[in-house]
Amino acid sequence: MITLMVALGAAIGAPLRYFTDRFVQARHDSVFPWGTHAANATACLLLGFVSALTLPEWAWALLGTGLLGALSTYSTFGYETFRLLQSRARFLAFANVAASIAAGLGAAFIGAAVAGALGG
Amino acid sequence: MTRAGGAHAHEPDPETVRLPVDSDVDFHVPRQVRELREAPWAVPVAIALGGAIGAAARHGVDVLLPHAPGEFAMSTLLVNVSGCLLIGFLMVVVTDVLPGLRLLRPFCGVGVLGGYTTFSTYVVDVQHMLNAGEAGPALVYLGGTLVGAMAAVWAGISLAEGVFRRRITARRERDEEEVGR
Repeated sequence: MITLMVALGAAIGAPLRYFTDRFVQARHDSVFPWGTHAANATACLLLGFVSALTLPEWAWALLGTGLLGALSTYSTFGYETFRLLQSRARFLAFANVAASIAAGLGAAFIGAAVAGALGG
Repeated sequence: MTRAGGAHAHEPDPETVRLPVDSDVDFHVPRQVRELREAPWAVPVAIALGGAIGAAARHGVDVLLPHAPGEFAMSTLLVNVSGCLLIGFLMVVVTDVLPGLRLLRPFCGVGVLGGYTTFSTYVVDVQHMLNAGEAGPALVYLGGTLVGAMAAVWAGISLAEGVFRRRITARRERDEEEVGR
């Protein structure tokens, strides 16, 4: 039951990341991976919010583990960072790591603060 | 800045320039721009199915190696590093070994590995460790995942290039002949 909720959430989250990536890349021609960055930062904001709430186990599996887990990706982030390092775009590689972690952590804290303010 | 412009400026290694930068979808690869138009249902369905499988696997690792919020998240670290190993391997296969399989990258890369690995949980794990006053472990987790991920992507690419060396070389020579004609 819980695993099914995780799978269901991810079946929504993963295509959502793909479409976000396409949407962003269609508007920004850059080697900097803005699309993945946008999906990851958004997922961190929402996961910060959701993880500060007291949810039933099934809802956490669906939203937290499944949907927001799959909306974000570490394999793509890691691969992109490695490819930037490898194509001698070292500055972009370091910028990608710094921006992803800074934006992600900032977004997670904002999400948690909003949940707290709403009485979560 | 375009990829081609960067390539001229920095003379990248021709061995690695064939791989895209973004493994989910890279608009510098014309085929990946077209894939959604050519298969408007198959691509998202493959991603959704793969994502469901990958996230269920991540949940399985979580159940086997549980941790409370604020504790060192070994399960997330293992999932993210192993996912990076697999994406490195997969992208060589997609680019150089089985380029004809159009749903391989959407299903395995965007779907399975995208659903298996997670950046949001990684960040929220760090947040919970910081909230619990565990700044030291949080930094080790943050940096350890990153270093492990870089090594894992490198290992995955190298492994695939080693395993498929003959096929990759043959394919590149064929491509060069076609360009030369």
